[in-house]
Amino acid sequence: MKYIAEFRDGELARGLAKTIAATVNPAREYRLMEFCGGHTHAISRYGLQDLLPANVRLIHGPGCPVCVLPIGRIDSAIALAIQHDVILCTYADTLRVPASGGLSLLKAKAQGADIRMVYSGADALRIAQDNPSRAVVFFAIGFETTTPPTAAIILQAQRLQLANFSVLCNHVLTPAAMVHIMESQQDPAAVAIDGFVGPAHVSTVIGSGQYEGFVARYQRPVVIAGFEPLDVMQAILMLIQQINAGRTEVENEFTRAVTREGNRKAQGLCEQVFELRDTFDWRGLGEVPHSALKIRAEFAQFDAELRYQIDYLKVPDHKACACAAILRGHKRPADCKVFGTVCTPDHPLGACMVSSEGACAAHYTYGRFRV
Amino acid sequence: MCLAIPARVTALLANDEARIEVGGVHKVISIALVDEVAVGDYLIVHVGFAIGKLDPAEAEQTLALFAQMAQLDPSNPAPYQ
Ligand code: SF4
Repeated sequence: MKYIAEFRDGELARGLAKTIAATVNPAREYRLMEFCGGHTHAISRYGLQDLLPANVRLIHGPGCPVCVLPIGRIDSAIALAIQHDVILCTYADTLRVPASGGLSLLKAKAQGADIRMVYSGADALRIAQDNPSRAVVFFAIGFETTTPPTAAIILQAQRLQLANFSVLCNHVLTPAAMVHIMESQQDPAAVAIDGFVGPAHVSTVIGSGQYEGFVARYQRPVVIAGFEPLDVMQAILMLIQQINAGRTEVENEFTRAVTREGNRKAQGLCEQVFELRDTFDWRGLGEVPHSALKIRAEFAQFDAELRYQIDYLKVPDHKACACAAILRGHKRPADCKVFGTVCTPDHPLGACMVSSEGACAAHYTYGRFRV
Repeated sequence: MCLAIPARVTALLANDEARIEVGGVHKVISIALVDEVAVGDYLIVHVGFAIGKLDPAEAEQTLALFAQMAQLDPSNPAPYQ
């Protein structure tokens, strides 16, 4: 497939690995955080850590949209389906995330709640059109990649004057989470981070310019990388070169899809429909100021949070689950006592084991037999 | 959910929609979030919406850069000091 196979070439990957090995300073460590779950997945699937010298360590970041969704938000979605009897439309990834009381969206569905899996929010809109007598809620989650589609859907619902449709908005922002990671570097449990592999498709939307303030403030290089293995290897090389030269800059390896400005049209629609929340509770990170979006008052009729007066209730994660530390890069999946035993992709105890972009699931599927 | 691969536009449809193809699979998606889409373009598609276009010239340059980087002679590396 064009633009895919050539970015997975094994020989080039080994060549890049040699160049990386020749470029590293053996006297130091390089601790690089890949923010995105997409990169976590690629690193595990292609065994990239094994291609790198021992002093280059990859740390998984919090950029897995399902993993950072706190239990209380899933509880709200389940309550909508059970207590308010709505048709709840959700992306497949969220179905198996453990919620309170041993429930998940999937278990609630098995108990009779009308929960439907959709590939796109546009499908939820269609379900609302096809069921005028039922209230339909779209459970919107994700980073800046899924936010513009939700904006487009809300605008379309307005054009169609769909009275039975609303959105439970849980969209979160990447730069705010990166700031939070740097702010928590003082934490004694924190692993020092020397540089970031920046998000691929999130950056397609927001643009590489969005990281310039971050880099200036925290003096850590950011190299935006595509999701294919060669992209990640090249970005790691670029980070190592910056670190060796004492440079801290935003660099863009993914120039085939990312510009400095990003996708202005998508940004404009998001600006029109959403505004910043003062704060948002992330699984793992806790309350992060200005890190999420809510629906603007002009679109209040499409805001499920207002319509059904949903109050967010904070619920602690399972006691044994180390997701919180893993999402901050303080622990690795194998450090969790129940990893691969009590907690597996078939029976996930924590959110990091649910999505294929989650650190625990990626490590379970591809990495667990490596030494 | 963020793992999207580039899809080729095979037809433009009404209502800001387009038909795309990835590895022999055809699908109809929305192009409401991107400007000036043409048949033959490669798009990055998330949850049924194109969120960006792929620049073929930049893709070629990146591949050329990989080839160049991968062939750096390890016995004569760019010094890290
Ligand atoms: S293995 Fe399971 S319980 Fe442990 S941190 Fe990962 S998701 Fe949580």
